[in-house]
Amino acid sequence: MKTLLDCNKTCVVKVIKLNTKGDLKQRLISFGIMKEAVLEVLEHAPGKSTIEIKVGKMRIALRAQEAELIEVQKI
Amino acid sequence: MNEVDPKACPITANHIKVALVGQPNVGKSMLINSISNAHLHVGNFSGVTVDKTEVLFDYEEYSFTVIDLPGTYAFTDYTIEERVTHDYLCAEDYDIIINVVDSTNLEKNLQLTSELLTMSKKVVIALNMSDEALKEKITINAKYMSELIGVPCVQVSAVTKEGIGELIEAVIKKHENVRNKPKLFFSEPVEEEIAQIVWYLDKHKFESANTHRNIAINLLKNNKKTYATLHDEPIWTELQPILIEASQHIELHHDSDDIKEAFAEEYAAFNRGIVAEVVKQGMKSVKRTTTEKIDSVLIHPVAGIPIFLFFMWSLFQLTFEVGAIPMEYIDSFFIWFGETLGATISNDDIRSLIVDGIIAGVGAVLLFVPNIIILFIGIALLESTGYMSRVAFLLDGFFHKFGLHGQSFIPLVTGFGCSIPAYMSARILKNDRDRLLTLFIIGFMSCGARLPVYVLFAGAFFSPEMAGNILFLIYISGALLGLAAAKLLKLTAFKGLDEPFVMEMPKYRLPSVKLICHTVLTKTMMYLKKAGTYIAAASMLIWFLSNYPHNLVLEESYASMISKTDKEDVKSKLKYELDEALLEASYLGRIGKFSEPLFAPLGFDWKMSVALQTGLAAKEVVVSTLGVLYSLGGDVDEGSSSLMGAISKNISLASAIAFIVVIMIYLPCLAASVVFTREAGHIKYFFYLFAFTSITAYVMAFFAYNIALFFT
Repeated sequence: MKTLLDCNKTCVVKVIKLNTKGDLKQRLISFGIMKEAVLEVLEHAPGKSTIEIKVGKMRIALRAQEAELIEVQKI
Repeated sequence: MNEVDPKACPITANHIKVALVGQPNVGKSMLINSISNAHLHVGNFSGVTVDKTEVLFDYEEYSFTVIDLPGTYAFTDYTIEERVTHDYLCAEDYDIIINVVDSTNLEKNLQLTSELLTMSKKVVIALNMSDEALKEKITINAKYMSELIGVPCVQVSAVTKEGIGELIEAVIKKHENVRNKPKLFFSEPVEEEIAQIVWYLDKHKFESANTHRNIAINLLKNNKKTYATLHDEPIWTELQPILIEASQHIELHHDSDDIKEAFAEEYAAFNRGIVAEVVKQGMKSVKRTTTEKIDSVLIHPVAGIPIFLFFMWSLFQLTFEVGAIPMEYIDSFFIWFGETLGATISNDDIRSLIVDGIIAGVGAVLLFVPNIIILFIGIALLESTGYMSRVAFLLDGFFHKFGLHGQSFIPLVTGFGCSIPAYMSARILKNDRDRLLTLFIIGFMSCGARLPVYVLFAGAFFSPEMAGNILFLIYISGALLGLAAAKLLKLTAFKGLDEPFVMEMPKYRLPSVKLICHTVLTKTMMYLKKAGTYIAAASMLIWFLSNYPHNLVLEESYASMISKTDKEDVKSKLKYELDEALLEASYLGRIGKFSEPLFAPLGFDWKMSVALQTGLAAKEVVVSTLGVLYSLGGDVDEGSSSLMGAISKNISLASAIAFIVVIMIYLPCLAASVVFTREAGHIKYFFYLFAFTSITAYVMAFFAYNIALFFT
């Protein structure tokens, strides 16, 4: 199983599943991070603690703990 | 026709109440400003508007009330600001919704739009930022889009004011017309289930304000409010099994056990369809966008943080260096003004009140207006360019170690300007514990009102070349101390799980000069207004407390001593002693003397103790108190009539450092304390904050004083 956290910079992936529920899941969905969505990893903050991704035209910052919950597949 | 003049009374047939809704950072407040010439605060990050604001204006024979609601990504109650919007839209009474969307990112923005369409309210869509879309070669067929979703769509630009007239016309037209149904379609399996429920509601002639179709959609989406209304109806018993079956079908179809997720996917599919039909993206450039180019430098994993620190250092350097230039002139102006005005007043008491009280007090505060302006410009730039979110991104890892949230950075930076908006903006934090923790820490970020105290002391003890660095050092150590305090609180009072960090990084925007000027001007005017009213009143009070009661015995005994001697230097020395003795015998002197033992371990004399106590009202009062006390007290040397000179002469470096430490840490001001209590939700938190900051300030100042004594 590969998660968003495992992806390197400039990697383009597709979301398979969100391994979370409740508020956080709703939050991710409201940012457009949902099944089938295409994400691009743009940048890692020092120590890979936070990552910046691109969903559609929006840039979003996520913490490593959250990125780990997003199951992805390389395309 | 209605005979009442619509402008005299807004509640007439010609009154339209508009709710302005949109995702964060799409320019809602900016749009209101363009429509009505209002002056709402605008920035480039999500969460500038945290509470609803009403704006009134007239257009032709109509009067409008526009409610600017905080931005929300979807209909959720994730943060307090989102709850404000959601509650307003569901429960309040309004005529029409203007849904503001970002033309350059339509698909994402339509997510909220599609949810609005199930509300059975009149909706007009404002395709904002059309000028930016044009630059990015994005064209939207607004007419076709209006047909497709059955809602008027108008292209506007809040910046260039293009299309504003058309938007208002569209709102009026929509308001006059009977409701036409928005067209929102789902996939076939979902439509089948909706039809099933609608058929059932139709059959039982269920009466409601909302359409049966929307009720069906809301039921399937597990909308709590719709459930609550239907739950008490007799048809519920029969409806429930139908619903359960329908939900199961949809979940099966979407291969998910979460109906909300299934609907989000349905909406996304609908939005993709709309975008494919109406949006044309011209020649997609392979080049990286400007934002990406800037980001590759500013959020570079290695260079990012040093660059940020450099920016902050430059800001404080500028604040001091450039701010010091006009200072001299302002200072000598007030001295001249006091002397000139004083010469025209014959009554000793009134002259003293005006010259030593009001002019000395207010003048001491106005001296720092240039510094304040520079600091405000810096913060306005940070807010309006989009850099703020980048710093949150860079610092989240670091902040997280201290138990703070990356997004806490936004209220914390706002706190460098003023604590009051900072307390308000903490609302962007979802989790109450994180929010409270941030509220407790905001005070450690030195606000603009404390700047005068720092500039005064830095200027009094350090050369102009060093003073800027000292200023930077004060701010940074305040911030670091705040982080340490956060860690302490997180480990003790606010234990618990961390809030997830998911944040949008807005596009970089070149801030308009007009916008910056306006923001800075508004804040500076507030500072001046405060100086003219609050500070002037406080100065008068302090003057009174430091002049009364008149001690005649003391005056007479010194008068006889002065008359006995012939030598001029002995005379002036006696005069100085008299002034000091009189000041100490005054009400303020008594308060100071009474509290002096408490502050003695920190190396403060009674004047400094008093200044700290009056500083609880507002930090500018610290400066004006010192101004009044030192201008009344014996200032024998004619050469240094300025306050800075008086301070460097009367206060030791170690005491000054301890004094700055206390100023850095203890309560910001009365007004901020009120806002803090409101935002924290309970008065007990205020007492916690008071105890926490006072004890920390005392302990830290004690150490600072003794360490400084050791070295000097």
